[in-house]
Amino acid sequence: MTSVSLGAPPAPAFSERIWRINWGLVLVLTAIAGIGVLALYSAAGGRYDPWAARHAMRYGAALGVLLIVALIHPRVWLTLAWPIYALAMLLLVAVDVIGKTGMGAQRWLVVGPLQIQPSEIAKVAVILVLARYYHGLTREQAGRFLYTLPPLLVILAPVGLVMVQPDLGTALMVLLGGAALLFVAGVRIWMFLTAGVGAVACLPVAWSFMHEYQRKRVLTFLDPDRDPLGAGYHITQSKIAIGSGGLLGKGFLQGTQSSLNFLPEKQTDFIFTTFVEEWGMVGALVLLALFALVLVWGFSIAMRSQHHFGRLVALGVTAMMFLYVFINTAMVMGLLPVVGVPLPLVSNGGTAMVSVMFACGLLIGVNVYRDAQLPRAGR
Amino acid sequence: MIRFRKGDNERSGLFTRRALLLGGAQAVLLSALAGRLYQLQVLDTQRFATLAEENRINLRLLPPSRGLIFDRTGQPLAVNRNNYRAMVSADRGRGAEMLIERLDQVFGLADAEKVRLLRELRRSRNAQPSVVRENLNWEEVARLEFNAPDLPGVFIDLGQTRDYPEGELMSHIIGYTGRVSDEDLNGRDDPVLQLATMRFGKKGAERSLEDDLRGRAGAVQVEVNAVGRVVRELDRTEGQPGANALLTIDLDLQRFAATKLKQQQEQAGAEHQSGAVVVLDVITGDVLAMVSQPGFDPNMFARGITQTEWRDLLDNPERPLNNKAISGVYPPGSTYKMVTALAALDSKAIDPWTVLPCNGFIELGDIKFHCWLKGGHGGLSVQGAIAASCDCFFYECARRAGVDRISEMANRLGFGRVSELGLPGESAGIQPSRQWKQEKYSKAWQQGDTFNLGIGQGYMNATPLQLAIMTARIANGGYEVQPNILLAKAAPREELAPPPVRTKPTAANLRIDPKHMAIVRQGMSDVVNTGAGTANALRFDPTTNRPLEPALQFAGKTGTAQVKRITEHERAMGITQEQLPWHLRHHGLFVCFGPVENPRYACAVVIEHGMAGFNAGKIGKDVLVETMRRDPSRHMERYKKMAAR
Repeated sequence: MTSVSLGAPPAPAFSERIWRINWGLVLVLTAIAGIGVLALYSAAGGRYDPWAARHAMRYGAALGVLLIVALIHPRVWLTLAWPIYALAMLLLVAVDVIGKTGMGAQRWLVVGPLQIQPSEIAKVAVILVLARYYHGLTREQAGRFLYTLPPLLVILAPVGLVMVQPDLGTALMVLLGGAALLFVAGVRIWMFLTAGVGAVACLPVAWSFMHEYQRKRVLTFLDPDRDPLGAGYHITQSKIAIGSGGLLGKGFLQGTQSSLNFLPEKQTDFIFTTFVEEWGMVGALVLLALFALVLVWGFSIAMRSQHHFGRLVALGVTAMMFLYVFINTAMVMGLLPVVGVPLPLVSNGGTAMVSVMFACGLLIGVNVYRDAQLPRAGR
Repeated sequence: MIRFRKGDNERSGLFTRRALLLGGAQAVLLSALAGRLYQLQVLDTQRFATLAEENRINLRLLPPSRGLIFDRTGQPLAVNRNNYRAMVSADRGRGAEMLIERLDQVFGLADAEKVRLLRELRRSRNAQPSVVRENLNWEEVARLEFNAPDLPGVFIDLGQTRDYPEGELMSHIIGYTGRVSDEDLNGRDDPVLQLATMRFGKKGAERSLEDDLRGRAGAVQVEVNAVGRVVRELDRTEGQPGANALLTIDLDLQRFAATKLKQQQEQAGAEHQSGAVVVLDVITGDVLAMVSQPGFDPNMFARGITQTEWRDLLDNPERPLNNKAISGVYPPGSTYKMVTALAALDSKAIDPWTVLPCNGFIELGDIKFHCWLKGGHGGLSVQGAIAASCDCFFYECARRAGVDRISEMANRLGFGRVSELGLPGESAGIQPSRQWKQEKYSKAWQQGDTFNLGIGQGYMNATPLQLAIMTARIANGGYEVQPNILLAKAAPREELAPPPVRTKPTAANLRIDPKHMAIVRQGMSDVVNTGAGTANALRFDPTTNRPLEPALQFAGKTGTAQVKRITEHERAMGITQEQLPWHLRHHGLFVCFGPVENPRYACAVVIEHGMAGFNAGKIGKDVLVETMRRDPSRHMERYKKMAAR
């Protein structure tokens, strides 16, 4: 093993590392956050209070986190993967026991002045652990069924804990994000097919475990007209807002649906609607294009990484970004049930912002240290 | 070392392939999002835009202020009064029960009110607001304002309620308003009628003038938020207040007549007091007074009548809700004899000098038709027979003229049909004829029926208004004058020039021989002004105890209408009217016109179970003399002023 480190090039100099940071990606992220400020300003009826100003400040802080994380050597994450995962699990258990109830679900943990959402940490932790695990396996091993069992456990444990809260959206994200990692890590296709068939077979069981409001949401999603003033109200109003925006939108601060409170949760999960009502399809496509740029960047960073850990981390972060954006926008457009997933960097909310920026920091870090030589054992 | 590299390359190759697959899948899904955006924002955007507008824009109607009603001298009869009411905007069905529960804590709602509110709140999505409670006092307003944060969608609205300053006195003429019912909507598509606060004329002039009084609704377009609160006003169209109505009634005369009717009956000590007085201008047909006793307080309806009050009104044997002047029907009795006389004279069945004998009764087969005067009047000509009200003369008179000519004459004088004076609920009465009896009873007309008809008994039925119309048409020399209750309509603040004083009827002439008319009028004058007349006691001025001055002299005719046939047994026993229970006693009737020279006013009085026509005559005289003194038809000074209100 020592021969590996001997043959490795020296770690890049600090200036080189700064240079390797994907400043273009940072710019895109900042643009997305800027759109968030704009939308939140409008959602508050043309005021910086209570959301837009704080959103901008939070982004500033989160950008700092991103840069620090980006400059930390992947070796550190390789080492810290399991401890972080363990911490996340601990917090998840804690939140289930003593957490604060928000929107009918226990999601928050209050530590001093901080409100922590452990499920956000869990998302990152799962990516790190899976990347570390598959980093240490050969291709043959990765394809074996027995080697797939530990990562399954790694994924399903937090999924189970998050479901209990209950937070269907995050559970779905961890599950699908983990699945994406397993897929690129080389798990055999037949295992995915089996799991898919199994999941479908388990649907009735899941149904019986669902909360009444979750069932209602699923039913409403399948047929929004069954209760247009009750559970279907959100989706109907959201579709009205988006549709009435038309091609060019109603104009900044001119959205009627959100400013008159027909839209629920307009500053968090439905921020996309607020934005699109005013900026139209053009605005929506611009926003989606910015997110697509982030994804493309993510893929290209993953491809260029010289080490498997980096590839997997980069792809995991990219998959997470995609899931955030897709689930949120599909939900507000009535393509998915309302599950409660924010739009990253746009929705109001601190923890999600920090966790997304942290993840993006990891992604950029992969680029900064793309040619680092990492031992398979992780140490 | 090499294996290491090779292994990593292998992993990297697999990773790249699968990552590309994943990226491709993501690209497909993102394209699906774009497609969905296209569908929502381009293909269906019109539909959603409309939905968004419907969400946001709420058209609220502004109820017009209802037209006022005045009497002919400009005194207000129906006005609007401010009314603070608690309203609640429809809450899209969410939390309606809880809201009603909170309202209950503030106001203490009755169960029926809760049910009504819940129904109204749920009825439709963009419904107009519902009324929680009307006529709030200051304390209730304050309590509501205090609890406002707990009562989303509840607001206080300043509306108008009808107020009837004259109360019972004008109750039958003015009527009252109530909530709009489904049958009220029949054929009317005015959207303002959908407003919960809107009131609709239910009775009287409020009903017949409804379409004039209502006015046109204004509208205000407001932007509302999700809970229905108004955010701002976008557009406002002012409505048009309803037209003011000027009635032909002279309020002071009306009050005088009502007082007289009441006083007389109180003096008579009747168990119940029930009757009607109608005063007409014989030239124009203006209804100057129309009293129906007893009345009711229309303000009860304006503020919302209770179940008990309503039951009391319905169960009262004096039928206070009924306008007896136009819907009460009575056998006219002897007041009908002018019709018989004119029918006989005009058909040459008799001539003015024909003298017919009377010895107390006429026999037809084995039935005896009695004259009211035991022993009979001897022989009388038509003028004397009217003055003395000889029954036998008119039995024979009717026999000679025949039923066809009598009912034809009666129709010309206004019997058997509604006059359409402009008030709802008018009765046509019954003017019997051969055809009528055949249709109604499938029986042939009998000679005895003709005898009864000749003295206004039997099947014959008429309203007090019809008696007044008959009298007016005789008094004005045979012009088909039509009664009317509406003097003029005026848009608010519109100035109307007073109409010229009319002295000649403009109505069609009935083409009855003026000489015959003159004889009948003379007979009616003799009723009052000669010693032989049945009401000669009325010719004196009660204050001076001397005959009335010529300008106030009048003519009249008494009538006593049998409610129940007097049996031979009762006749033999000599049972008097006072001994009978109230509801079996005769009705007392009186018709009159004056002045004798150049008649201008006609009056008809009916006292239900008032026993004798003379009792009605006392009222008729007082009212008619008062009318002639006041002479309302020639005094129109205040016309302009009231129109301009």
